Amino acid sequence: MGKTLLHKAWDQHTVRQLPSGQTQLFIGLHLVHEVTSPQAFQMLRERGLKVRMPERTFATVDHIVPTDLTERPFIDDLAEQMMVAIEQNTSEFEIPLYNIDDKRQGVVHVIGPELGLTQPGMTIACGDSHTSTHGAFGAVAFGIGTSQVRDVLATQCLAMDQLKVRRIVVNGSLSEGIYAKDVILHIIGQLGVNGGVGYGYEYAGSVIEAMSIEERMTVCNMSIEGGARVGYVNPDQTTYDYIKGRPHAPKDFDRAVEWWNSMASDADADYDDVVEINGADIGPTVTWGITPAQSVGIDQALPELGDYADAERVVVQEAFDYMDFKPGQKLAGTKVDVAFIGSCTNGRLSDLREAAKVARGRKVAAGVRALVVPGSQEVKAAAEAEGLHEIFEEAGFEWRGAGCSMCLAMNSDKLQGRELCASSSNRNFKGRQGSPTGRTLLMSPAMVAAAAVSGEVADVRGLVN
Amino acid sequence: MENSSVIANVTGSAVVVRGGDIDTDRIIPARYLRTVTFENLGEHVFEDDRAQGDHPFDEERYQGASILLANANFGCGSSREHAPQALTRWGINAFVGESFAEIFYGNCIAMGLPCLRVSAEDMQTLMAAVESDPAQELVVDLEARKVRYAGGAVAADIADGPREQFIKGNWDSLGQLLDAGDQIGETAAGLPYTNGFAVAG
Repeated sequence: MGKTLLHKAWDQHTVRQLPSGQTQLFIGLHLVHEVTSPQAFQMLRERGLKVRMPERTFATVDHIVPTDLTERPFIDDLAEQMMVAIEQNTSEFEIPLYNIDDKRQGVVHVIGPELGLTQPGMTIACGDSHTSTHGAFGAVAFGIGTSQVRDVLATQCLAMDQLKVRRIVVNGSLSEGIYAKDVILHIIGQLGVNGGVGYGYEYAGSVIEAMSIEERMTVCNMSIEGGARVGYVNPDQTTYDYIKGRPHAPKDFDRAVEWWNSMASDADADYDDVVEINGADIGPTVTWGITPAQSVGIDQALPELGDYADAERVVVQEAFDYMDFKPGQKLAGTKVDVAFIGSCTNGRLSDLREAAKVARGRKVAAGVRALVVPGSQEVKAAAEAEGLHEIFEEAGFEWRGAGCSMCLAMNSDKLQGRELCASSSNRNFKGRQGSPTGRTLLMSPAMVAAAAVSGEVADVRGLVN
Repeated sequence: MENSSVIANVTGSAVVVRGGDIDTDRIIPARYLRTVTFENLGEHVFEDDRAQGDHPFDEERYQGASILLANANFGCGSSREHAPQALTRWGINAFVGESFAEIFYGNCIAMGLPCLRVSAEDMQTLMAAVESDPAQELVVDLEARKVRYAGGAVAADIADGPREQFIKGNWDSLGQLLDAGDQIGETAAGLPYTNGFAVAG
């Protein structure tokens, strides 16, 4: 019986079995950002420890940075303090920092791939749950908390429980106007928000194979929203073509490809579970509730309470009450107040291109606040080089600097009151976008653009040719 | 190691936090992550939920609780350790739930906060018992894998590894990882990407 990529990478990165039964796993790449690291560096100081492998550690700033006024000091004193902390910490511990004034700065899960740091077969860790994004390259990438950030800084290792592997095969092909975001929202809707606990998700099948690397990143990014800490796609020529020529790409590329190919799951690999999904069943998908699994196709009615098991009805009723939606209604035609295009899920160049196709020649509807936040400074520059910023600005979108922005609203980009936001981000939790009573509808960037120009939730298929 | 202590059981009163899929944004809203320490997070735990009124963390009967009773998928969402850090600063020393999200669970273990799972049926029993007599003392017994309450006891699941680490007082992951010493460098050296693929894997 063959092995999966996850098990191959696990075996090759195993330092030893710990007395607890956990594995001491070597981490090939550690990405650090300003929000979950300051306490970890302080813990190192308290124990008199150094960073074990600064050459495998890279830092940037993304969560708290403003996307409009980026002059220092930042207007927000707390954000400024966090900037000073990461500058001091990376300087003291000799870690490279892609700071706000560096062209390589951006959302940590966007810049790792851009720089060629993210590579197949590698273990990757970062103090952020969307680290699963890097799995798009066939890396095994873990989101971790601050004590574990400390562990990786000090030892380049994590103490981890073995994971099972569920292969999710998306067969067939996608129709026009259906995007990677729809695929992952559909998968989470099918398997639930905790269906992936204890599993790594391996995404496969013709739909995934046909995807670009950026689309695969969107899929892997939201693995954690389905409960799976790790999600990945086996590496192939699409992966290698993306990595080639990037600043940290291996110099001996052919030898690298040889190893990467050897790390892909074997054809006869043993899986703990296999789920098949028909690509033709996936439509433009929008969340209606307060978890990423509470979603429907744009032309479907919201579920009835009776569709759910008894134990789930309390949560479902809570979602209807919070969102102010009714069972059986449709989302199309629901007025939106804000449109947000960006985030580690959908803030890359291809996302902006798809949204721009919808925005081109149209105007953001009256009363809608719309912003486009590129995932990195490189994405921003590339988008400007092909004139996307002009399309967005002419349509009435704000064109911003790089950062996490309104995905989690740690900077000044926030919903107000009960505002309803069409968002290309990853979480529709209560209060997620900065207003304790604000509401989020997750959807693809093209669907967000469609909502922005329509002033209401709209089927993007009616707006693109 | 300095951060480890024996945790064979946790005894105290409990707070009932009903609801599935309670995410870490609700436990500690992102705006409070703008800090370089964990010190003041306890003041803001569940802040936005509490602002809506009727939150168990504000009920007089649950003040002083050290055990949190939860339903399914507690702690889903963001990896922020700020969530368990906020809860423990409010007073929570152990979690008993139907299930926990994986990163939250890992953060709790790393901080020395046991998380035990009980069946949905037993959780209903426990929650009802605590709601009718909130002053009663619960014992989260890691050795016996049980949660005892005034009316009896229910079976509680915890994996062998964390259970033994808590009971022996060696749950400090960093101490264990450091003990590997040179083995870390040896594993690294065996990976083709650490030497520019000079040696094919």
